[in-house]
Amino acid sequence: MLGETGPEWTTEEVKTGTTIIAIEFAGGVVLGSDSRVSAGESVVNRVMNKLSPLHDRIYCALSGSAADAQTIAEIVNYQLDVHSIEIGEDPQVRSAATLVRNISYKYKEELSAHLIVAGWDRRDGGQVFATLNGLLTRQPFAIGGSGSSYIYGFVDAEYRKGMTKEECQQFVVNTLALAMNRDGSSGGVAYMVTIDEHSTEEKVILGNDLPTFFDQ
Amino acid sequence: MGSLLKTSICLHHCFICFSSLQSNSLLNLNFILWFAVKDGVVLGADTRATEGMVVADKNCSKIHYISPNIYCCGAGTAADTEMTTQIISSNLELHSLSTGRLPRVATANRMLKQMLFRYQGYIGAALVLGGVDCNGPHLYSIYPHGSTDKLPYVTMGSGSLAAMAVFEDRYKPDMEEEEAKQLVRDAIAAGIFNDLGSGSNIDLCVITKGKVDYIRPHDEANKKGVRTGDYKYKRGTTSVLSKVVTTLDLELVEESVQTMDTS
Repeated sequence: MLGETGPEWTTEEVKTGTTIIAIEFAGGVVLGSDSRVSAGESVVNRVMNKLSPLHDRIYCALSGSAADAQTIAEIVNYQLDVHSIEIGEDPQVRSAATLVRNISYKYKEELSAHLIVAGWDRRDGGQVFATLNGLLTRQPFAIGGSGSSYIYGFVDAEYRKGMTKEECQQFVVNTLALAMNRDGSSGGVAYMVTIDEHSTEEKVILGNDLPTFFDQ
Repeated sequence: MGSLLKTSICLHHCFICFSSLQSNSLLNLNFILWFAVKDGVVLGADTRATEGMVVADKNCSKIHYISPNIYCCGAGTAADTEMTTQIISSNLELHSLSTGRLPRVATANRMLKQMLFRYQGYIGAALVLGGVDCNGPHLYSIYPHGSTDKLPYVTMGSGSLAAMAVFEDRYKPDMEEEEAKQLVRDAIAAGIFNDLGSGSNIDLCVITKGKVDYIRPHDEANKKGVRTGDYKYKRGTTSVLSKVVTTLDLELVEESVQTMDTS
């Protein structure tokens, strides 16, 4: 209703109400995200790719406030470029995650974004780091965003150690599909990035190609 | 004081964006569209600026110049969009002289988002930025807090939902210029007629490689009506029976001259 203040979504901050996930396998990582960006009740971008490159073999998944998350990713992208020129080789995933964690911790009162950093490097292979609220922890897999609440049970029950690349990709797609179905702030299409020693492969899975479950 | 809001619609051939402008406490919706077409962009905007529930400017211009190949539609607080686009336009011209090249749309996007993020959303400028550079046509939407999206079509502003409905129905990739202009015009019209914060005319700006067509107005959707009657009575309607004229004697009491300081 148009009133003294107008419809809420015109003044709301743009958030990526989101589902993001990253999982590690023997030779690399798989990251996945949905594509919905909302401002209040309105969807402002239904095809946003929330998997943002920090370096050739290091990606991060964005969630929370769109402006804060995009800004952190762009600053860390720049800092990693400088760092990798200084050391003369590809940066470690831990370095990228530390740069993200430093910004998240220093400005934790002002920012409201959570980035999951994942990638492959020569020293430790595939790695996934969570940087929520300024902590830095390496995990076999990490989930984040508003949609993650609905899939904690699923990922805890379904995750097994030693999954292959294809099994990981299927796991990510299933998880995203379930979260996108239940969370109002997640939806659109699913983006998936697979990073290993040889390549970084980006893939889009359109809405009708997502796996369906009992009620669909 | 309420601030003026402008809404503009820019249609890029490929990109459409709507933006609505809002004043401090009230909403001004305007919307701007950008629509990208085959080798260019079509921007569209309405022309209403509101101050609360009152229309402050019935024919304001919401499509702002950034550089010869880049234009920006602004919704939100009119002063904020005006000043922000002028600042970035100035910086971009200096940058372009420094590099010796035509500016890129991505550069303008970075400058705008970094400035808006710095002010943490207190600058109420919701922008749709579009243009054609050495890498082809591009369209970006930029929100007041500093987030941006790169899309083939976008709408912003209070009328954005109405306009997006039209776009989602009829957008096709690689449209011809005439078809794109018609689509943008229709989408903005949807906002003008279905949203209280948007109104008046439709401005278009078509940007292609080496050419910019700033069409203001493209469509006068709301022409002011012509009065069919008149309340004034013509001289002679009432007949004059008699006339008495009395002169007033006025006496000059005091005259003083104050010299003006001139240099």
